[in-house]
Amino acid sequence: MSGVPQALDGVNVVEFGGYAAGPHAGKVLANFGAKVVHVESRDRPDGFRLQYPPFAGNRPGINRGGCFSIFNDSKYGVTIDLKKAEGIELARRLIRWSDLVIENMRPGVMERLGLGYEALSADQPGLVMLSTCNMGQTGPRADTPGFGSQLSALAGFCGMTGQPDGPPMLLYGPYIDYVASTLGTSAILAALVRSRRSGKGAYLDLSQYEAGLMFMGGALQDYFATGRETDRCANDDPDAVPHGAYPCRDEEWIALSCWSDRDFASLAAVMGNPKLAAEKDFATAAARRRHKQPLDEIVSAWTRSRTADAAAEALQAAGIAAYPVVSMAGLFSDPQLAARKQWRVRRHPEMGDQAYSFPGFDLTETPGDIVGPAPCLGGDNEFVFRDLLGLADAEFEAYKDRGVFG
Amino acid sequence: MLLTDVLVIDTTNRFGWLAGRILADLGADVVKIDPPGTDRSKPEWRAFNVNKRVLDADPSDAANASVFGDLLAKADICLVTPAPGERGGPFDPDALHKAYPRLVMVVITPFGREGPRRDWRATDLEVMAAGGAMSMAGEPDGVPLRISEPQSYSWAGTHAAMGALTALLQRDATGRSDLVEVSAQSSVVIALSHAPAFFDLNGDKPTRAGAFMTGRSIKGARYRVFWPCRDGWLNFIFYGGVAGRRTNEQLVAWMRERGAELGILATIDWARFDPTKADQTEVDALETPAMKFFAGITKREYLIEAHKREMLGYPVSTVGDIVTDPQIEARGFFQKMAGSNPGETYCGNFVLIDGERPPLRYAAGTPLADDEPKLLRAGRQP
Repeated sequence: MSGVPQALDGVNVVEFGGYAAGPHAGKVLANFGAKVVHVESRDRPDGFRLQYPPFAGNRPGINRGGCFSIFNDSKYGVTIDLKKAEGIELARRLIRWSDLVIENMRPGVMERLGLGYEALSADQPGLVMLSTCNMGQTGPRADTPGFGSQLSALAGFCGMTGQPDGPPMLLYGPYIDYVASTLGTSAILAALVRSRRSGKGAYLDLSQYEAGLMFMGGALQDYFATGRETDRCANDDPDAVPHGAYPCRDEEWIALSCWSDRDFASLAAVMGNPKLAAEKDFATAAARRRHKQPLDEIVSAWTRSRTADAAAEALQAAGIAAYPVVSMAGLFSDPQLAARKQWRVRRHPEMGDQAYSFPGFDLTETPGDIVGPAPCLGGDNEFVFRDLLGLADAEFEAYKDRGVFG
Repeated sequence: MLLTDVLVIDTTNRFGWLAGRILADLGADVVKIDPPGTDRSKPEWRAFNVNKRVLDADPSDAANASVFGDLLAKADICLVTPAPGERGGPFDPDALHKAYPRLVMVVITPFGREGPRRDWRATDLEVMAAGGAMSMAGEPDGVPLRISEPQSYSWAGTHAAMGALTALLQRDATGRSDLVEVSAQSSVVIALSHAPAFFDLNGDKPTRAGAFMTGRSIKGARYRVFWPCRDGWLNFIFYGGVAGRRTNEQLVAWMRERGAELGILATIDWARFDPTKADQTEVDALETPAMKFFAGITKREYLIEAHKREMLGYPVSTVGDIVTDPQIEARGFFQKMAGSNPGETYCGNFVLIDGERPPLRYAAGTPLADDEPKLLRAGRQP
């Protein structure tokens, strides 16, 4: 899609499935130059198109969903009716054009369609395929369908969020899906490295549950070593104190932490009360922990009279780790994210201008980009099947007449 | 393995540990350079530095320059985490990028290398705040929260690994290497899922929802997400739609089999149930008998029954629940291996490749042989 050389130029990808975990992996590859084709059908479009808000202008529509578009920018969108034998045949042709297949359907669905890895790799030995689902392709609960928002509870994230004496807390959306998509993308890239070097493809089975546990590594290691179960502890830290979020002016918050007595002395000085650091209740981390409530009240009294930005700037100038708690609106005005061009506005034919999110990494000499908006449903059928796949006019029209692009 | 013959030099602090581990799990030979005296006993160090070999060498000691030179001459990827404001030194990314044209340099920092706050100090707490995640966790009228187990380091790690391999694939194709830069703040943004799109598209401002689901009912009702049970908490929501219908019907069937009091649940036609139209009184009436029922069952019972009945919902696991989960056991996710702590168990490889989970090769803290850097430069197998 881009005229500027990019790192993954020449990598062709086909995606089956929808929602978050599969499509986000494809989006990252597309942002660095891969040609990614997102396959749906008119009967079963990607669930993120209609099932969840937001919709542009609050008007629901198949091509107006922000939930879909934010994970599918820079891709091509096609529709194939996989219930028809000719649809399967067309999907096979598309896969032959590709280096990589990403799918996140329930285990066994691709095999039943005749699109399992064994069948596909028989005449395409260098093909890489990622299958990602809640539990992985095997095991006693492999067939469990599920939402990432709930899987985040099973993998321990919700239980480790909240006040110690309160209930677990929700994380927004399917948190664990993105742990899986970012780990899965690395596995894909490594498999492509091998495929290019040796001609040998790979089948990658990624359980979103297991992927999530990689982010719980410290707590699991601690349990194995000591039997201790890490529990939710609000914003507390075993070493740093204070360590938390404090209210600021205009209903803002600031996060700050002190990792040594010296840090705390700096904080006390910034707050205009340098003697505080020498007081017996606050002179050491242990003392500060014992007197957490009065300490939090002192810090809050200082932060409340400032904006979060002003407080963070004063603290950073004194060498203390601090940052405003950035809200969803604040993400679009945060000066650091703005400098990185985190949000890149592209015009969608039905949704108008939308800010798409760029990944957290970039290449200095061959930078990635949001190379186009998300596709409309089946919006690239002509380009993909005629120009990329090379279907002759008669073939294309025949598929069309028989409803294969359904 | 996928990354056979790929050598990675990992000089990172906590922001880069997972990146090195991901590359190691995918088959790269990862050498972790740590200054002498590094505390390797902490669970986090061991969890995220397993499968690497360790070289004790102080980067600031000029005597180590030739050892580093031997390794860098042969390396494919180098991971660095300079401190805020740090420039120069033996692992200066720009200098190494110039000196070693085939080396993929990956620089991981809290806020990236450009921008007005590039030199700001931050730990997990501040990065989770800066990336927007804290604003979305906690009670609606309470303090913003982070997840108690640090996450932002891992978000930076997964993004660094993706960047490293994107650049490696490009180098293989074109012969041109690159310098990859990673911002932990920016890496956290994906954890917000589609929440930012609410503001961008319509000016709406989603915020933290606590332990309840809001925004589903046009009458402002909130739905319970977390339910106390006999030995902890469960995650269950009265959803609508096809999946919700099956789940709700199965819950009622299960309650009936157990002789539980059904209350209003006995009278609801789940095919017509529309959670968007219920007010709080109606939602409370739904939830009261379910609450009483859940209070009497265990997390493991719920896990088994929900699977058997194809219900949506999971228990809220503790780490103790996770390590005994039959699904995790059946897939052999955890790996016990000999090493410096005998019998130590780790999270195993995160992906199955061609039906097999590649075993971890090195226990945490396994030292690199003294003569290995020299042998590597000479192109010989140590």
